[in-house]
Amino acid sequence: MDVLIRNLGLLINAILIATPPLLLAALGSCFSERSGVVNIGIEGMMTIGAFIGACVAYFSGNGWLGFFAGGLSGAVLGVIHAIACIQFGADQTISGTAINFIGPGLAVFLCKAIFDNSSDSPALDTAAKLPKMFEGVFKSGSFGYNVFSTYSVAYLSFILVLVVWFVFYKTKFGMHLRAVGEHPQACATLGVNVYLTRYICVILSGFLAGLGGAFVTLATVSQFRPAVIVGQGFIAIAAVIFGKFKPQGAFKACLLFGLCNGIKALLGAGNAVSPNLVSMIPYVVTILALVFVVGSTRVPAANGKPFLKAR
Amino acid sequence: MSKKNSILSSNAFYTLISIVIGFIVGAILLSIAKINPLDAYKQLFNGVFGKPKFMVWCLIYAAPLIFTGLSVAFSFKTGVFNIGAEGQFVVGSLTACVLGILIKAPAIIHVPLCFIGAALAGGIWGAIVGVLKIKKGVNEVLSYIMFNWIAFYLSNFVVNLGIIHKDGGGEATKDIAETARILAPKSIIAATGASATNYGFILAIIFAVIVWFIINRTTLGFKLRAVGFSNTAAQYAGIDTGKSFLTAMAFSGALAGIGGAVQLMGMSGRISQFSGQEGYGFQGITVALIASSNPIACIFAGIFYGAMKYGGGKLSLVNAPAEVVDIIMGIIILFIAISSLFKNIFLNHGKKGAV
Amino acid sequence: MDVAVKMQDIVKKFGDFVANDGINLTVKKGEVHAILGENGAGKSTLMNILYGLYHPTSGKIFIDGKETAIGTPQKAIDLGIGMVHQHFMLIPPFTVTENIALGMEDTKGVVLDLKKSREKIVELSKKYGLSVDPDAKIEDISVGMQQRVEIIKVLYRGANTLILDEPTASLTPQEIVELMDIIKSLTKDGKSVILITHKLKEIKACADSCTIIRHGKYIDTVDVKVTSESELAAMMVGRDVSFTVEKEKREPGEVVLEVKNICAKDYRKVDILKSLSLNVRRGEIVGIAGVDGNGQSELVEILTGLKKAESGSVTILGKNAFNVTPRQSFDMGITSIPEDRQKHGLVLDFTVAENLILQNFEKEPFSKSGILNDKNIEVHAKKLIEKFDIRPNDSAKKAAKTLSGGNQQKVIIAREVTNDSDLLIAVNPTRGLDVGAIEFVHRYLVEQRNKDKAVLLVSFELDEIMNLSDRIEVIFDGQITGEVLGEDADEKELGLLMAGGKKDE
Repeated sequence: MDVLIRNLGLLINAILIATPPLLLAALGSCFSERSGVVNIGIEGMMTIGAFIGACVAYFSGNGWLGFFAGGLSGAVLGVIHAIACIQFGADQTISGTAINFIGPGLAVFLCKAIFDNSSDSPALDTAAKLPKMFEGVFKSGSFGYNVFSTYSVAYLSFILVLVVWFVFYKTKFGMHLRAVGEHPQACATLGVNVYLTRYICVILSGFLAGLGGAFVTLATVSQFRPAVIVGQGFIAIAAVIFGKFKPQGAFKACLLFGLCNGIKALLGAGNAVSPNLVSMIPYVVTILALVFVVGSTRVPAANGKPFLKAR
Repeated sequence: MSKKNSILSSNAFYTLISIVIGFIVGAILLSIAKINPLDAYKQLFNGVFGKPKFMVWCLIYAAPLIFTGLSVAFSFKTGVFNIGAEGQFVVGSLTACVLGILIKAPAIIHVPLCFIGAALAGGIWGAIVGVLKIKKGVNEVLSYIMFNWIAFYLSNFVVNLGIIHKDGGGEATKDIAETARILAPKSIIAATGASATNYGFILAIIFAVIVWFIINRTTLGFKLRAVGFSNTAAQYAGIDTGKSFLTAMAFSGALAGIGGAVQLMGMSGRISQFSGQEGYGFQGITVALIASSNPIACIFAGIFYGAMKYGGGKLSLVNAPAEVVDIIMGIIILFIAISSLFKNIFLNHGKKGAV
Repeated sequence: MDVAVKMQDIVKKFGDFVANDGINLTVKKGEVHAILGENGAGKSTLMNILYGLYHPTSGKIFIDGKETAIGTPQKAIDLGIGMVHQHFMLIPPFTVTENIALGMEDTKGVVLDLKKSREKIVELSKKYGLSVDPDAKIEDISVGMQQRVEIIKVLYRGANTLILDEPTASLTPQEIVELMDIIKSLTKDGKSVILITHKLKEIKACADSCTIIRHGKYIDTVDVKVTSESELAAMMVGRDVSFTVEKEKREPGEVVLEVKNICAKDYRKVDILKSLSLNVRRGEIVGIAGVDGNGQSELVEILTGLKKAESGSVTILGKNAFNVTPRQSFDMGITSIPEDRQKHGLVLDFTVAENLILQNFEKEPFSKSGILNDKNIEVHAKKLIEKFDIRPNDSAKKAAKTLSGGNQQKVIIAREVTNDSDLLIAVNPTRGLDVGAIEFVHRYLVEQRNKDKAVLLVSFELDEIMNLSDRIEVIFDGQITGEVLGEDADEKELGLLMAGGKKDE
């Protein structure tokens, strides 16, 4: 029984570390997709956030500052994506592909430029990482320790789901963002500013993806490496699709995918089940969801379609 | 149409501008990183044109990129965006690798067998997405992305299987049999000085011509293009649009799969465990965009990208990060993506069309 | 009566094209003012100027007597002008209340207060007899209710002048009657209504005055009470109305198309065709008259293979053609001029030459063993371009999208007439075309009939049906409710049948 509880604690701990980056990025993706702008550049935005986060934390010694800076760097890529897609009506998938070249490219470029041609950033001291909660309250290795003495950002990201849900469904801005993702022409005739609303959403998606990336380097890994994000941005997108483009749905999907990552981390090497097969689960599950619940998965009607003002 | 307008309406003009902008942005970044951009670009240039051997290497690098470029260009022409070339490339390469290791046969059988296997694997990988699109209405861009990652982990899984895995540790497969390689004869390799001189580039040119011919000169191409431009009108005219999409997506996948085989059989000879996506498929998107989806132009765009990749690898000689190439390419894609609007602005200047 | 809106000498140019050429419009408070004109006459341009979507090249606009520059829809809304677009501007997954409140939401602090908006909507709904369900989603309500939602949306923003753009285009006869009542209750309250239409009957039924526009030019403003329908029509078209088509009498031959007891459901799984039967014989034009949405589109989709019927039978010259594919339908001898030429008729990015062989590219001489023969394709195109006067006459290698609407339609007509199949189906073949192009289309439909082919004409324009048809079948609620011979056709009788009345009553 004790063993069971301890293992459960370990699993929850693994989920609490694996979920926040996916969740932050997925919430960002919700904003962008629901406002009608496809953003497959989430991966690139997370990668730049991961590097800038680690870099700023390394030099300032302040994890929170790094975390925030990571978010801002993602937002900068968000601005680029927004200008291309909203102002110039670029193909959103192609622009996102460009972001996925630029984000990781820039991250490694800057890393090499700053850290003496090394593609990995130096390891961060514990003090420069994001802080954990309730340190010293629980006995190390106990269930309570595993579940509660973890990064406060993990719990903050869960609270953020409620905030995003509130914004989406209970505020004027949320109504506008859902409306411009469905029928921008109708919004324009009613004086709703389609461009501004979409700009805010896409930049916000970059910011949240940047935060997600920064969490990886400031909590999970404690340094930047080129392969530190691999696929997490795409898992976040998968979670949004799986969660039917709703923040609360994306949350559930992220927990599920976080569980996959948690299991993978616990399994380690040399086990009966290959971690590579576990890694496939989020993608396979999303495909299955698309196939079997396609009727109820409603993509925002104007998703991916540029809206250019007529004169 | 005046000469000025014909220049302003040609895609090549905007592509050229985009490339220039890409290099300017790269130069700015290099300057910020305290690297003289002229030195870096000179190094890049010398890394490509410095010796005949370098140029051969660029063509070697170009071959798989031409294939993924053709794959994406073909998909664009047929109304699909094959962002899944990455995954098709990986399964193609993986299949060729498994066949190359496990099968014992003379080269005359072994080489075609590996190519056919790779083409089938890539084709099936693309066709699955096609079936999901046609039968279940699943957005193909989403499922392509998912299948890219499934291929990624599938490859890592297979690489670690005992029968494939290299004896005595390491994170790679055994080398494929010599009979499955497409290396040029020793005398030619000696002449070029590039150890991986192979038939991949010649194959790429042949396939570019084939793809061009199919798209422009055959009834199949007519059908696929009609569906690509307007599936509603094509359906009205009696064309089976579902079948067309499926054909196009399978064929596009097969091209990427062959690209994977070319890379494996011509260059690497084995597959290593991936830590991140190799990017051949995404680079193929760039190639197709630079080529404006013209199959013949894909050859030149592929050489350009191959040269940037090969030359970029030598930037470390002047302490410049090779990743500047990724950034330049990203900027180029971005500007090509928004250039259609510029085009409209230039061409409609002074004459607004009736609404 | 006070003047609500006055537009003076409005000119709007798009490049070299003059869409509005000195138009005057004076709308008094509390009146229904119709704007009458053919498709492309410039009605919508004028209204888009009034609603701030376009800027006039020159001219003045007065609202409540004050000269104003409008500029944006928001400004128009602020000035009390509201527009109900022909294609509704509603968000399907949003509720009625959300759609109406959008952009003018009430809030408590930062929280949306949709309850308050809902109360206001219920109030407006009662005041003007606009029955809507404020909590239903748009995707679940009827087209008629959607239109009422659009009208409330405009009133919610305090509009005094309402522009209704072709408001009856997709309504059932019953819904049209309801709309007329709503319009009356609006004007009773002192609001002005501008009604854009090309339907004379509606103008006679509810408008007070009418401004006629032709080819972008102002023709006249008349008092509807003292002007007859034929006078209105003459002003709209610019000559005596009934452009009757010359056609000799013919005795129809064998039955080409035989449709028996066809039943089908629409995309919402609602019964749309209810045991419909119909036949078309050689050498006759059969016109299907009816209001949009009574099953015409579905019938054509079934015949051309785009849609599957639930039950019934279809034969072509005695051969079974029930639930065939589009290809089989074509091969059996059905060709069609589709309703939406840009969506179904043409591949806009293809050249004219390619569009002209869209169904026949796999046949000789255009291709042989899978290889296209460019030379023959071009020769074919040049021949048809000359014969059918498609302009510009060097357009064989030009993309179809570069052609004008009328010339695009000529490309389709050229292709389908050249196919020369036993049955030609034409759906609203003249929609959006100018008078010259309309005559061209009509001429070729009659020519096919004279060549002993069968022609099935579906049109929402009653005039077109009456002018061309040898026999008229009236469709209502998925059934044929009456048959009239072309020469005996009477507009009143047809109108009654189209509204669901019985012939004998």
